[in-house]
Amino acid sequence: MAATAEAVREATEREARHVPHRRLVIMAWSGDLDRVWPTLILGTTGAAMGMETTIFFTFWGLFPLVKDDVRITGDNWMQKLLSTMDRPGLEHVKLGKMNFAGAGPAMMRKLAKEHHVASPEELIELAKDLGVKLVPCQMTMDLMGLHREDLIDGLEEPAGATTALLEAQDAITLFI
Amino acid sequence: MSATIVTTLDMKGFACPLPIAKTAQAIRELAVDDLLEVLATDPGSVPDFTAWSASTGHELVERSEEDGVFRFLIRKG
Repeated sequence: MAATAEAVREATEREARHVPHRRLVIMAWSGDLDRVWPTLILGTTGAAMGMETTIFFTFWGLFPLVKDDVRITGDNWMQKLLSTMDRPGLEHVKLGKMNFAGAGPAMMRKLAKEHHVASPEELIELAKDLGVKLVPCQMTMDLMGLHREDLIDGLEEPAGATTALLEAQDAITLFI
Repeated sequence: MSATIVTTLDMKGFACPLPIAKTAQAIRELAVDDLLEVLATDPGSVPDFTAWSASTGHELVERSEEDGVFRFLIRKG
């Protein structure tokens, strides 16, 4: 065991000396807690490592950025129906599996608290403080009828795929 | 040369990514060459702090362990 740990450590050190990428771009596509969480963990860590970090929130990934107290979003009945079926806001995100009508996320959050794992809410504040650029996708906002005032503070101006791909050049790019 | 520790960050009990993220926040407040001491219990912090140091250019001066508490001494680069 000890030898393995040492080997891992040596490999890590060797790897760490060679850091070709100084930028991290994450495409946050999902609104599921079990994807939002790693997105924010990787984003804050990238920024903490001195990487220029950008997270693009698109499609279902945009809903966790809606303010928790905004109940219904959308301009027409179809868009409104979306938010009725699946309540927006970080507080209300569901698990991709084992959701059990909200019991799953509640248990996951309880476990995280016991193990001192930062909550998504805490991580998003950390991300902002560390200079992670949080960019909402303009097209998704139009499609889903989301407006800037529906979303939390501290975000960048909404942008499109071109901006996302431009940022992604020479960056580590993750699609979560 | 006896540099003094300017700040101690107690991250005992906290899980990834908090020890690193809070360290990144704390080191901003320091001047170049200041020493930051971080205490952590997350075993993942051992490779993480090594990688973080190599990536950011802040020097990991010392790394030790006592009773399950890892101690990292970092010089701001």
